[in-house]
This record gives sequence, structure tokens and C-alpha cells, in this order.
Amino acid sequence: MALLEITNLTVDFATAHGSLRAVDQVSLSLDAGDIVAIVGESGSGKSVAMLALMGLLPWTATITADQMSFDGNDLLTMAPKQRRAIIGKDISMIFQEPMTSLNPCFNVEYQISEVLARHFGGRRRSYKHRVIELLEKVGIPAPETRLKAYPHQLSGGMSQRVMIAMMIACEPKLLVADEPTTALDVTIQAQILELLVELQKTNGMALVLITHDMAVVAETADRVVVQYAGQQVENRPVSELFNNPRHPYTEALLSALPEHAQEKTLNAIPGVVPGQLDRPVGCLFNPRCEYAQDLCRQQPPQKNEGILCHFPLPIKPLPPKAISQGETQVIS
Amino acid sequence: MTQHALIQARDLHKYYPIKTGMFKPNQCLQALSGASFDLYAGQTLAVVGESGCGKSTLARLLTMIEQPTAGQLTLDGIDLGDAHQKEVAKKLRQTIQMVFQDPFGSLNPRQKVGDILQEPLLINTDLNANQRRERVLELMQRVGLRDEHIHRYPHMFSGGQRQRIAIARALILKPKIVVLDEPVSALDVSIQAQVINLLIELQQELGLAYVFISHDLSVVRYIADQVLVMYLGKPVEQGLSEAVFNNPQHPYTQALLSATPQANTGRKRKRIRLTGELPSPLSPPTGCSFHPRCQNAKAQCKITAPVMKQHGDISVACLLVE
Repeated sequence: MALLEITNLTVDFATAHGSLRAVDQVSLSLDAGDIVAIVGESGSGKSVAMLALMGLLPWTATITADQMSFDGNDLLTMAPKQRRAIIGKDISMIFQEPMTSLNPCFNVEYQISEVLARHFGGRRRSYKHRVIELLEKVGIPAPETRLKAYPHQLSGGMSQRVMIAMMIACEPKLLVADEPTTALDVTIQAQILELLVELQKTNGMALVLITHDMAVVAETADRVVVQYAGQQVENRPVSELFNNPRHPYTEALLSALPEHAQEKTLNAIPGVVPGQLDRPVGCLFNPRCEYAQDLCRQQPPQKNEGILCHFPLPIKPLPPKAISQGETQVIS
Repeated sequence: MTQHALIQARDLHKYYPIKTGMFKPNQCLQALSGASFDLYAGQTLAVVGESGCGKSTLARLLTMIEQPTAGQLTLDGIDLGDAHQKEVAKKLRQTIQMVFQDPFGSLNPRQKVGDILQEPLLINTDLNANQRRERVLELMQRVGLRDEHIHRYPHMFSGGQRQRIAIARALILKPKIVVLDEPVSALDVSIQAQVINLLIELQQELGLAYVFISHDLSVVRYIADQVLVMYLGKPVEQGLSEAVFNNPQHPYTQALLSATPQANTGRKRKRIRLTGELPSPLSPPTGCSFHPRCQNAKAQCKITAPVMKQHGDISVACLLVE
């Protein structure tokens, strides 16, 4: 049985201009040890879908799903108290901005031991050794001296490590990382991603990585879910998706990368993600799609071989040399 | 070609005094030490490095927000050391403009787009209202905004559109040099591509010189003619973009390049792991400031500070590069 099973998750927000559908029939199935990346532009409902799973959305949100179960427990019908016992312990989440997600009023030891005391009981003070151990695990040098540090005394990379230490304190089965490296320098980004993958391997944890950086996806994930305007448009293994994108949006995203540029202009996707008031008729991507036809402007597409498009791009024949999936070698 | 350089920087230094206590002597923070480069019209110089390496200090010196502690800076043929008269400085400031990183923070939320774009004209020129409006509309069209946007407030725009407004504001005084401080790092890839295309078009059309500050090496590789890699306030490698990217000499540049993820699933790569973080610029390491994180560091690196030396197309500051 899958660790996490979400089918047809839909999130609607009540706003002053009527209801806004932020997530539209998203399905996700995850086994222990999987790394799945969710990619898409801002406004694609990546974070909202995961916040719905965590139960962190405000009261204006209406969440409906055919199924949302974690480790055999149905999250939809579960009592809030039971659910809170799972959130933070078995499922935890890392947020985008490390500097703002730590509480500036408390030191590192307090914030990490609070999580432990909350889920395992006992006094906060009794977890001091566990906190040191955790800080060591996430690669903070001289952890004893950092226990009493406040968030403003830490750099961005350090704060993100403290966040990760807090999140893995209870050895979760599922870790959701929402743009964990967007605010960091490339060298620190590489360190943090390496750390996440290493933790995932040693603890057999499942990892959901929300990002808009295709390069990060290519280097870390096993499977990729591409989301556009709340809808899942493509969901495939990473090497297949990068070598042969089948949804026009995926193809456009990949060719917008500077390293894929052929000439002196980049292949930008014209326009922006539709908002609440300018949702197009038919396929939501049609105004920005270079292959759009009349059918696309009239009817919303159905899932076609798992791809949400009337006319999925053809399957390319495999290149003559089979592509070897190489691990990134680390020398140091 | 006897074209003169728009920016000539020679050995620029900027130190900030840091108060350590009432009776203790001030400490000196070396934010920038020894940057030299030439930038010609129509060219792009990219400044690369981790946060805290002095990229933004360099931008502040170039835009004349601050004065260099030492070194010579010549903008458009005028030495800034001579430009203490207000008139000269005012003229010069019009030739160099800046676009900031965060399009959400750099536009006044209480001003309409038309007013934001008119303000530089109001301060620096004596155009009348009609002429100003004409110029604003002309530029808005050029950067891909529609005429009716002139009466809207910044919050009504998306990130990409706001960055277009910021670019229009920088160009309204017809500058020759534009300093771009991480102009696309807050944007999605698809929008990033739109903005980069716009910047390149504008450069070709108006012959602008760009100083492009970024930590995204894939963007830099695409847009830059010259690259300046900085570490802890000091330039460590400098040269033509092609040369630096294809054959990086300094271990820090090599580490930066290998840390940049690539959208390519099949390729095996060797990754150089940089351990630790940037040391404090208040107490920089002795000798080569990169030696505590460098994998090739030898005993001499702890003692002797390297100087920039020319090696073929690029100059490198490393003792071990022969």
C-alpha cells in the first residue's frame, strides 16, 4: 500500500469575487523512499495542494478529495486532534524562507526541543542531547555552541539547516520541502539538497520537493509532477520527462531555460498564468500554447495517456545510446 | 577601434568602519578590495559570487551612491575624483541607472506607474507635461506594457510586469550604463526568459552597457561578455565569459560551476563540495581568503595572499595556477 494516496484533491477559496479554484483534481501517490518533485510557475497551486495535505489552509478554503490517506489513516475524516498528532511527526514540511519561518524570539534549542516534547511528551530540557545530535546530523559545526543562538545570528544556509533539523526531529515518514533552496546561494543550495537526499536514503523517508527550478528537479527527483493553474498536466519519471516532454507546457518550461537556448533569444512562454478573473475557456494553457487549435479553445481536455492535453506531443524514439542514469559523484 | 570605455575601474576599494565599543578602536570591514575592469558600450559584465562577496558594494560605487575609499573610477570619460562639483555629478548620475532585485519592494506602492516613470524626468529635465507623458508612453510600449497601464498601481501587476516597469524607469533618462542587481532571480523561468530577452533587445537597440549582478550562473553564461568572479570582496577570476565558463582556473569558480544544477538527467558530473560558509569579512583568513574552503590548499596559501595574474584570456588570483 502506498504511503500517501491523494486522488482528485480540489481546493476552492472563497474570495470577494466568488470562488477561486486553486487546485483542481490533483492526484498523487507516494511510496516510502520516493522523491517526487512538483514543478510549475508561481500561481500553479503547488504549495496550496501540499498545505491542504498538512491541513494548514485558512478557513476560507474548501478542500474536497475522493481520497486522502496517509499510512492507512484517512486524513479527510480524521478528528483534528488525531491529525495534529500526525502533522509534524510523521509528515513535516520545510518552508521557502528559512529566515522568516523560525521564531525570532526563541533560541535554536528551544524551537527544536519543543517539537520533540510536543510529540513524545516529557520536558523540553530532557531533549538537549537529541537536539545536539540532530544539529550534528544536518551539518552544523560545533552544535553545542549553537544551541543558544537566535535565528538572527544564523546565516540563511544555517537557518535552513536548523529548520531541517526541526523537521526530521521525529523521523517523519514524509517530508514536504517547499522551495527549500530558492533563497540560498548555489553552493549552499547544493549542500542542502545533498543533505535532504542523504536523509531520505538513510531514513527511508519519502520526499516531496516543490520547486520551479527545473535543474534542481533533474538532479534530485525520481518522478516529476508538472502543475499548471492548479491542474496536473504531466506526471512521469524524471529522465523520460526531460528527454521527451509530452505536454506543451512542460516542453515550453524546459526550453525557457538559458542552457537550452539555441540562439541569442530565449524561448519565453508568452503571457502569464491565468488568474481568477481571466480563466480561459477550454484548455487552461491554450492562450500561451504554440500548438493550440480550435478544439483547445472550446473544450477542456481529458487525461490522455496521463497527460492533460488534447494533442500530446509524440513519443520520441529512444536515442541510440541508452541513457545511463548517473549519480552525481562527490569528490572532496 | 578607438572607442573609449564607459566604465574604467582601477583597483577600487571600499572599507566600512565598524564601531566595536566606546573606547575600542574602530574595526575596518573590507567590503571590496581591488576590483579593476573596463566596460564598453553594448557589452555586459557579469559579477558573480555568493552573498556577502561585495557584489552589491560594487554596484553602489558604480551608481555613485557611495564613494570608493581608494582607487580610480572613470564613468563615460570623467574621473569621479574630479567630479566633486555638483553639476558634473548630477550629469553623470543620469548616464548610469539601476534595476533592483525585488520588483515588489522597489516600486512605490502609492504611486501610479505613470508617476513612477515620470519622476526621473521631473527631477532631471525641464520637459513639459505633454513631453513627459509622450516619453513615458513611448518607453512603456518599448518594454511591453500597454498604454492603459499608466493609471495603475504596482500591486496590480505580476512580478514580470513590475520588473518591466523598473527597467522602463531605469531607461527613461536615456542612460548609457545600467546596473542590474539580480534582475531575474525573483522570477519564474518562463518570465525570466521574457525579461532576459527584453534586456538583450534593449541592449542591441540602444547600445547599453550592462553590469549584471547575479548568482545564477546559467543566466550569466547566456547573457555576459565578461565575467568577474568575486570572493570575500576580492576578485578571484576575471575574463571573457566563454573562457571562464569553458575552462575555469580558480578553484572557487570551479566549485561554483559544479554546484550549479543542470537540467540534464543523463550526464555524470563530478561535484566539488564546498564545505562551510563564507568567513566573516571582519576577520578574513590570512593569505588566500579562500584557503579554508579550498580543496587544493597548500601550506603557502595560508601565508601569501595571491594577486591577479594574466593567464591567457583570463586573470586569476591563485598561487597554484601556473
